[in-house]
Amino acid sequence: MDPIAKRHGEGVEQETRQGWAARARQSLRHWLELPEEWHRLSPAARRRFVRESFQAYTFLLPALVIIGVFHLFAIFYAVYISLHDWSILKEAYIGLANYSKLLADPEFRQSLLVTLWYVIGTVPVGLALSLGVAVLLFRPLRGVGFYRTLFFLPYITSLVAAAAVWQWMYNPDYGVLNLALARLGLPTQRWLLEPRGVFALALEPLGIALPEWAAGPSLALVSIIVMSIWSGLGFNVIVYLAGLGSIPRELQEAARVDGAGEWQVFRQVTMPLLSPTTFFLVIIATIRAFQAFNQIYVMSPNDPTTRTLTMFIFQTFYGSSRAGYGAAAAMALFVILLLLTIAQMRLGQEKVHYG
Amino acid sequence: MAEEQRDKERAGTLAGAAREGERLAEAPGTTRPARSWARVRPGSALLIHAVLIVAGLAVAFPFYWMVITSLKTATETTSIPPTLFPKALTFSNYAEVWRAAPFGRYFLNTVGIAGCVTLGVLFTSALAGHAFARMRFPGRQVLFVLLLATLMIPFEVLLIPDYILITKLHWEDTYLAMIVPWMASVFGIFLMRQFFLGIPDELWDAARLDGCGHGTYLSRIAVPLAGSGLAVVAIVSFLGSWNALLWPLVVVTRHPEIRPIQLGLAVFTTEFGVYFHLVMAAATVTILPVLLLFLVAQRQFVESIARTGVKG
Repeated sequence: MDPIAKRHGEGVEQETRQGWAARARQSLRHWLELPEEWHRLSPAARRRFVRESFQAYTFLLPALVIIGVFHLFAIFYAVYISLHDWSILKEAYIGLANYSKLLADPEFRQSLLVTLWYVIGTVPVGLALSLGVAVLLFRPLRGVGFYRTLFFLPYITSLVAAAAVWQWMYNPDYGVLNLALARLGLPTQRWLLEPRGVFALALEPLGIALPEWAAGPSLALVSIIVMSIWSGLGFNVIVYLAGLGSIPRELQEAARVDGAGEWQVFRQVTMPLLSPTTFFLVIIATIRAFQAFNQIYVMSPNDPTTRTLTMFIFQTFYGSSRAGYGAAAAMALFVILLLLTIAQMRLGQEKVHYG
Repeated sequence: MAEEQRDKERAGTLAGAAREGERLAEAPGTTRPARSWARVRPGSALLIHAVLIVAGLAVAFPFYWMVITSLKTATETTSIPPTLFPKALTFSNYAEVWRAAPFGRYFLNTVGIAGCVTLGVLFTSALAGHAFARMRFPGRQVLFVLLLATLMIPFEVLLIPDYILITKLHWEDTYLAMIVPWMASVFGIFLMRQFFLGIPDELWDAARLDGCGHGTYLSRIAVPLAGSGLAVVAIVSFLGSWNALLWPLVVVTRHPEIRPIQLGLAVFTTEFGVYFHLVMAAATVTILPVLLLFLVAQRQFVESIARTGVKG
C-alpha cells in the first residue's frame, strides 16, 4: 500500500476506535508539548526529540534549580512558615492566628498608612518631575548628553551612600538645609528627627492644632520621600526619553500645522501617546515604593512614623526574631501588591492608548 | 539581591512592559532627539538651559556636599554656619576611614560577590535563554509561564524562607549565601531569549547543516552575536549585587570581615554617625568605583548596541 495512505488510514482507525483514550492521549500530548504528529514520527525522529528534550533540560538545569529552590519553593515555604508559631525554630502549628493578629496589630496598621503616604509621595510627584525633565532633555540642545548623565547619576549611586549623604544634609545642627533656611530667614527644621505630621507643622504657626489623624505624614517621612524621588529620577527620565523617542513625530507636526500651541501638542498628542510608558512606570514605581528599605534603614531605622511595611517585616523578623509573624506580614504585602497591580492593569486597559 | 535589580526584573513581567524594557536598553544613546524639534528659538533654548542647569545643580549638589565634607577637617565640618567652600582641604579623613574599618576588604568582598553573581547570571541565562528560544522539549510553555510568574513575587516574601533555607544549608555568614541564590535571574533568561530569537533563523539552519549542535551554536554563534544583550544582563546584575543591603544584612551577622561594601558602610554610618567628615569619606569611597565604571560602561553599552544593531 502507498505509505501515505497507510499512515492516514491508521490515524482514522485510531481516532474512531478508541474515542476517549485517543482524546486523553492527545491532551496529554498537548500538555507535554510533544510534536503534533508524534505517532507518525519514525523511531529515529522520536529518539532525536527525546535527546533534544534531555539536552534542553540540562541547559535549563542550573537556572531551574536556583529559581526553583530560592523562589518557587520559597514562596510555599513562606506560607508554611506563616501558619506556624515560629521564632528562631519552628514551634506549634497555629493556623491563621498570625494573620488575625496582624489585622489587630496597631503597628502593622500604622505601617500600612506610612507605606500609603510613601507611595502617594514618591509615585505621582516623582513621575511628574521626571516627565518634565525628559521633555526638556528630548530637545536637541547643546550638552544634552551631559545633562542625561547628570540626572542618571543618583540612580546608579547606592542608596546606602546616598542616604548617608542626605542624612548629613538633613542634620538639624550642622546640616546644609537648615543653613539655607536660616539664610532665608525661615524657621529651621528637625527633618529626619521630626515625628510630627507635616500638615500639623504647617498650620502650627497659624495657631491651628490638627487632630492626630489629620496631621499627615511626618516630616521625617517626607524627608525620606524627597530623597527617594531624587534617587529614582534618573531611571524614570531614561524610560520617558525612550518613550518620547518612540512617538512618531508626524503626529506632533500635524498638530502644530493645525495651529496647536506647544502646551496643547504636549497635552493632547504627546501625553496620550506616552500613556503606555507612564503606565509601565506607575506600576514599577508603586512596586518599588512598597519595597523601599535601604534609605529608611540608614536614615531613620527606629522611628515608627517612617516604618513602612517592608521595614515592619524586617524588624519583626530581624529585630524580634518572629519568623512566623514576619512571614504573615510579608504575605500580606504580596497580596496587596498583587491586587494593586491587577487593579492598575485593569485601569490601564481602559485608559492606555497603545497607538 | 538588591531591590533595584528586582525592580528591573519586574520590567519583564508584564507583556506590554517587556517592550519598555527593551526600549530602556536602547535608551541612553540610540534615541536621537527629534530633528524637527530643532526649531527651538534661541531665547527658549536659553530658558531651557537655565531650567536644566538649576535642576542639574539641585541633583548634583548632594555629590558636591559629600566630596567637600569628606575633605574638611572635623572642626570645620561642625562649624556654624557650615562652609560651602572649605577653608583647607585635607585627605586625612580617608586615611582615618581606612584605619577605622576594613573598607579595602569590603571592596574586594563586593567585587568577588558581584563578579560571581554576574558570571553566574550570564551563564544560566544564556543556557536557559537558548533552550527557550531554539529547543523543543515537553513542558516548555508551562515552565516559561511559571518562570515569568515568579517575577511577581516581591523579595520581602522570600527573605524569611530563604534565610531559613540558608541556615538549613549551614550557609549563614558565608559568601555562598550572598552568591548562590542570585546566580539565576528570570529577567536575564527572558532578555537572552529575546536576543536569541532576534538572530536570523538562517544562521541556525546553516549551523545545523554544518553539523553544529546546540552547545557549539550557542558558544560560537549565538553568544558572540548577543553581546549587547549580555552587556545589559551583566550591568543589571552587577549593579544589583553591588548595591544590595537587605539580604547581606540578614545573612551576615557574626563575621564582619565578609561584609560587602554597602553593609560595611551602613554599619560604619551607625557607628560613626556623628563624625560626618568620616562618614562622607566612606560614602565617597563606596560610590566612586561604580561611578567610574558607569562613566566607562555607559559608552560601551551604547556602542555595543549601536554596533551590532540587534534589536531585542
